[in-house]
Amino acid sequence: MTTSSANSIATHRHDRLRQWLLSTAPRSRRQARLGRAYIAWLTFIENRLAMIGLGIIIVLVAAAALAPIIAPYAPNAPNLAERLMPMSSAHWLGTDELGRDILSRIIHGSRLTLYVIVLVAIIAAPVGLLIGTVAGYIGGWLDVVLMRVTDIFLAFPKLILALAFVSALGPGIENAIIAIAITAWPPYARIARAETITIRKADFIKAARLQGAGPIRLIWGHVMPLCLSSLIVRVTLDMAGIILTAAGLGFLGLGAQPPLPEWGAMISSGRKFMLDQWWVAAMPGVAIFVVSLGFNLLGDGLRDVLDPKAEGR
Amino acid sequence: MISVNGLDVVFGRGHRALRAVADASFEVEAGGVYGIVGESGSGKSTILNVLSGLNRRWNGTVTIDGERQGQRRDQDFHKKVQMVFQDPYGSLHPRHTVDRILSEPVAIHGLGQAEDRVLRALEEVGLGPEFRFRYPHQLSGGQRQRVAVARALILEPRILLLDEPTSALDVSVQAEVLNLLTGLQRRRNLTYILVSHDLAVVAHMCRRIAVMNRGVIVEELGVETLRRRAPEHPYTRQLLDASIGYNREAVATMEEFEGGV
Repeated sequence: MTTSSANSIATHRHDRLRQWLLSTAPRSRRQARLGRAYIAWLTFIENRLAMIGLGIIIVLVAAAALAPIIAPYAPNAPNLAERLMPMSSAHWLGTDELGRDILSRIIHGSRLTLYVIVLVAIIAAPVGLLIGTVAGYIGGWLDVVLMRVTDIFLAFPKLILALAFVSALGPGIENAIIAIAITAWPPYARIARAETITIRKADFIKAARLQGAGPIRLIWGHVMPLCLSSLIVRVTLDMAGIILTAAGLGFLGLGAQPPLPEWGAMISSGRKFMLDQWWVAAMPGVAIFVVSLGFNLLGDGLRDVLDPKAEGR
Repeated sequence: MISVNGLDVVFGRGHRALRAVADASFEVEAGGVYGIVGESGSGKSTILNVLSGLNRRWNGTVTIDGERQGQRRDQDFHKKVQMVFQDPYGSLHPRHTVDRILSEPVAIHGLGQAEDRVLRALEEVGLGPEFRFRYPHQLSGGQRQRVAVARALILEPRILLLDEPTSALDVSVQAEVLNLLTGLQRRRNLTYILVSHDLAVVAHMCRRIAVMNRGVIVEELGVETLRRRAPEHPYTRQLLDASIGYNREAVATMEEFEGGV
């Protein structure tokens, strides 16, 4: 009886929270903002595939955070007695040519993957957003200059440009991140500029100008928040491409250097045993595939939630 | 309070140039309500954009409160002159709460006591404090326009430019907003310039009215002349006929009037 009454108190509290969040007359700034986020969350969880994507990303983040605890072996400890072992209860995903446990290496590799995509996102997205909104809002010759620079960067295939930068900067994961970030921002600038041009003529911008708001306040407070949703969606969808580019650079020996357990580099070293010991190359490949899929599913779900054209959210 | 002399606005250049306003002159006394009527494209909104400083390419002289205005306006000007736009669905930022919309001008001009001012402004336009943290999508068209009026008033301007403030609203809500605007004008002794294509709205609000056609002010008349239905210019008469409603005879006698282009 005590448990059931405790339960009913819990559900009662839950209902009150729900009502508070969905209130049409919020009493504070925080309540208004949280209520808005809650409605977005309700839309998001309706999308089964997006939830799968979110689940994959959560597993990736958890694996990266807990890598030393959950990985059964040290990622870089060679054990030549057990090299190229197939999948077994001792080594769930087998071992590589130096006898290192592939599962442990993939778990530790998730840190590198996360490191790359987070850094690329926090470098490329703000740069693209700033360049795009400034070009779109100010217009004139500044717009022409910024957009032609963007065009020049867009004219090269991503991987080729990244390859050129890495060969100039020298191989290594930091340089790979810089190279990928340099190639990733132009599409964001394009998107932000296109959104800004549609927003710039809106009456609410005119109204703010009439109140004496300067260009910095207008771009930062009025234009950027409206560009942000489509940018977040685009960045999430690009994550898969960033992972693939990073893995591609690793595969070519220009990204993460041995013995780092970077997934692309792992595939590259497994390539020599592809026919006889297929798991050495296939397992990191599956990891790349699953994480890329996760980000794509998440991005699609976010698009439904964050679409700025969807009124009332 | 406001005096406009020989105002010319040209859009575009060369052979594609369009003279949107041609040699417009009028005066509005302090505390007056001045109406500008005309059909779409007659240049009436362009005049407001020049007065508010949104349009920076014009010729002529504009004097507001004794100061001759240049192409650019300073912060003091914005405290003195504010504007209400036609479409309340487009004039409020979709991601800002009412609170943010109203407190931003206070922050820009560093007036302080934002909370007090926001609550007072809401009260003044007939909205309770429960509206303070709503987003525009949680408001009806009439409520949105009230928020837009509150935003215009929060800087305590002396001149309000109204660009078709009711034409995007339902007829019943139109009357509410018009009464609100009339009440505010009397209480605060504001100077209004109201632009509309609706003669009934203009006749209800304004004492003096300018009739525009193709960029030219064809006639300026008092509201009594309009009520007596005795305007001088045939274009005004035609506009009056059109305001009664669709009429087969009136359509048959419609004619085109030459603008000043």
